[in-house]
Amino acid sequence: MTNLSVEAIAQIEQPLPGAPDNWKRFFSFSADHKVIGIQYLVTAFFFFLIGGLLAMVMRGELITPESDLVDRAVYNAMFTMHGTIMLFLWTFPALLGLSNYLVPLMIGAKDMAFPKLNAVAFWMVPVFGFILMASFFVPGGPSQSGWWAYPPVSLQNPTGNLITGQTLWLVAVAISGVASIMGAVNFVTTIARMRAPGMHWFRMPVFVWTVLAAQIIQLIGLPALTAGAVMLLLDITAGTSFFDPAKGGDPVLFQHFFWFYSHPAVYVIILPIFGVFSEIFPVYARKPLFGYKVVAISSLVITGLSTVVWVHHMFASGTPGWMRMLFMATTMLISVPTGIKVFAWVATIWGGKLRLNTPMLFALGGLTMFVFAGVTGIMLAAVPFDIHVNNTYFVVGHFHYVIYGATVMGMYAAIYHWFPKMTGRMYSEGLGKLHFALTFIGTNLNFFPMHPLGLMGMPRRVASYDPEFAFWNVIASLGGFLLGMSTLPFLLNIIGSWVQGEQAPKNPWRAIGLEWLISSPPSAENFEELPIVIAEPYGYGKSEPLVSNPDALEVAHESR
Amino acid sequence: MSIRTVITLGLVAIALALISLWMGQQAYTWFPPQASAESVLVDQLFSFLVTLGTFIFLGVVGTLAYAVLFQQAGKYDTSDGPPIEGNVPLEVVWTAIPFALVIWIAFYSYQIYDQMSILGPMEHVHGKMAMASAIAAPPSKSSPAAADALPPIEVHARQWVWEFRYPDRNVTSTELHLPSNQRVKLILQSEDVLHGFFVPAFRIKQDIIPGRVIDFGFTPIREGRYRLRDSQYSGTYFAAMQADVVVESPAAYQQWLTAAAAQPPTEAYNRAFEEYHLAQNPISTGWKIVEPASPPRVNVSTNPSQNPPSGKESKP
Repeated sequence: MTNLSVEAIAQIEQPLPGAPDNWKRFFSFSADHKVIGIQYLVTAFFFFLIGGLLAMVMRGELITPESDLVDRAVYNAMFTMHGTIMLFLWTFPALLGLSNYLVPLMIGAKDMAFPKLNAVAFWMVPVFGFILMASFFVPGGPSQSGWWAYPPVSLQNPTGNLITGQTLWLVAVAISGVASIMGAVNFVTTIARMRAPGMHWFRMPVFVWTVLAAQIIQLIGLPALTAGAVMLLLDITAGTSFFDPAKGGDPVLFQHFFWFYSHPAVYVIILPIFGVFSEIFPVYARKPLFGYKVVAISSLVITGLSTVVWVHHMFASGTPGWMRMLFMATTMLISVPTGIKVFAWVATIWGGKLRLNTPMLFALGGLTMFVFAGVTGIMLAAVPFDIHVNNTYFVVGHFHYVIYGATVMGMYAAIYHWFPKMTGRMYSEGLGKLHFALTFIGTNLNFFPMHPLGLMGMPRRVASYDPEFAFWNVIASLGGFLLGMSTLPFLLNIIGSWVQGEQAPKNPWRAIGLEWLISSPPSAENFEELPIVIAEPYGYGKSEPLVSNPDALEVAHESR
Repeated sequence: MSIRTVITLGLVAIALALISLWMGQQAYTWFPPQASAESVLVDQLFSFLVTLGTFIFLGVVGTLAYAVLFQQAGKYDTSDGPPIEGNVPLEVVWTAIPFALVIWIAFYSYQIYDQMSILGPMEHVHGKMAMASAIAAPPSKSSPAAADALPPIEVHARQWVWEFRYPDRNVTSTELHLPSNQRVKLILQSEDVLHGFFVPAFRIKQDIIPGRVIDFGFTPIREGRYRLRDSQYSGTYFAAMQADVVVESPAAYQQWLTAAAAQPPTEAYNRAFEEYHLAQNPISTGWKIVEPASPPRVNVSTNPSQNPPSGKESKP
């Protein structure tokens, strides 16, 4: 696919009359990055609810020590599919949706560099989502080997069929990898080549920096995972023996392939959330982002370090002592650029004029839980302690604080913050705050008890456990059900406000940024005339203009 | 900075430090009993990490909480905060301190790991040099004369059975008996998939990899009955793959070996096998799964009440 000129993009958009008000385009093969962004977000949220239902069944099983609610095989399928859906069908697509919507607006572009490739990458999500869901209906059920799909368990095929849950799972993961690589190429190109006049690297909002850093990781790491998945598929279907020890293969090799991508993938997830925090704190604290350039650069430092830490997932595996020590050192180092960001946000908030709107509440709650996850993360990097808690609930607690506590909270913060821009409607603050309270309490109730459980020695992925673990499991299960309920006020708020919310002005939060200079929702081409950027991104308290042509960005009758 | 601010900050830091030290002491109570020499070391490290972690967490979250409580904008206040864009000395400090801290943590962890030396050399060629020194180091102070070192015990894992062999005494068991205060050597092997040897009371864990033989060692120090759990997901009955570990005095241990050798082998109790062959499983979906291995014939079998099968009560 060749790079399209701006005129060509405009022509693609022309057949959609009155685009911002036409809901049918959300169900079409649209090449508008804003439509694709919302398509990603809505599709991902649908799968988030499915993954959440699976989690609630699991918490139902774990509320008693016995294996008595679902069959052990079903439980194993549940946690496999829960992990797979939450990562490949919720977290990644949701973040891609947010990035898709925001990046072109934030850098002053009319669309992504490759709009049609963008649409193709999105439409692969429902395709592999369907394949993954279909695996519930094949004989033998869906994959039951965990989202790591470690061989030899993933190579075992008791049904003897060619089409099993495991093969469908591998096909879905491979397609997901290809789709993500397409997205990564698109984002990196867009950010490198499509910035508006005057939008130098160090005038880009930090969100754009973090998306760039995250998508570079995708380009480096995804080929390894996709290749590993294809090799595993060949082992199962074509009788090769890359990973089968019975035929001379090496199962630990797969673990290297898998974690070489899947650890950096954590940073693909958390980096854009760091970007969201960096956007939201200045707006609601009314202060510039503290140490903007350092925060921006530290994203790229994280990208670099993230590619040399993967063995910390394998400390208890067949890993020799020298390798354990080496990867302990690199893992410790990656906490330094992360710490810099946390301190920068605290300094941004400190001494500001805080306004605790729903996005700010979610961002503060997310930051708090991220700090907790960071502390337990350093603990896990220390090899002797990791040997004890590796593959226990301590790890499950740690990464749920990252993925739910920080990432989902950050996603909610972003959705509320940019909801007026995306839909042209205001959300309800009351429901938003209720949603925050339920989510914050539910998250801590659900995931904190996992830490003591892990210290006591409860392994992850168990369908039954010894009675000594019952107390904390009951609390975690209650928290899990509360989290399930917490999505109800959110859905009510989002759907209700989209249909009949108050009309949103251009810039309801008095925020600084190119996306806030144009109408809500923006027109199909975003900017009538490209903005000419003349200032750094976070000029709070300085009353300096961001662009030299604010009145030329839109056709007069379109602005509200 | 005024004197007042410095004093306030100093007092806050002292208060945080005291709370953190107290948390560090509490941390010891969050674990199972310390049943091995290694557990003492791991708990020390964890206590240290909890102390540091509490200080950092409370410092950051306390600052945020103060801002949230006392620095909110008034309802009609639309002004901005001070346009502070950074502070180079402050940024250097908060880069240098975490850097120094993680180096400290890594070095301390390295020392603890070196003292534990739980893992024998790996087959990887480049692994040999680094591990040679760790093996040569004396195990731990507690072990008696190295001359009468214990013969190694074989650990065989398969879906979903733990089997222990004492080859010198010709004893097999599904319960792992160990003498206290002696360095024990285990030889870990798996016959099918990955398994994990994990005894929480010992704070040690090692994946068992099919096709490899892994040397593993540690020193139990406290008599009692503990739990061995499979820690690396191994398929359908993963959660049921548990065994008991009995640590007893060296004399009682020898006695047990003699008594066990005299007992004729019988079919062991196995939870996975039992559940799979349950007459009626009301929650079964009928998905075809890997069949559990037959229980081994052993001199000493697990007591079924230690690891009862799920689903017994629900039988009509």
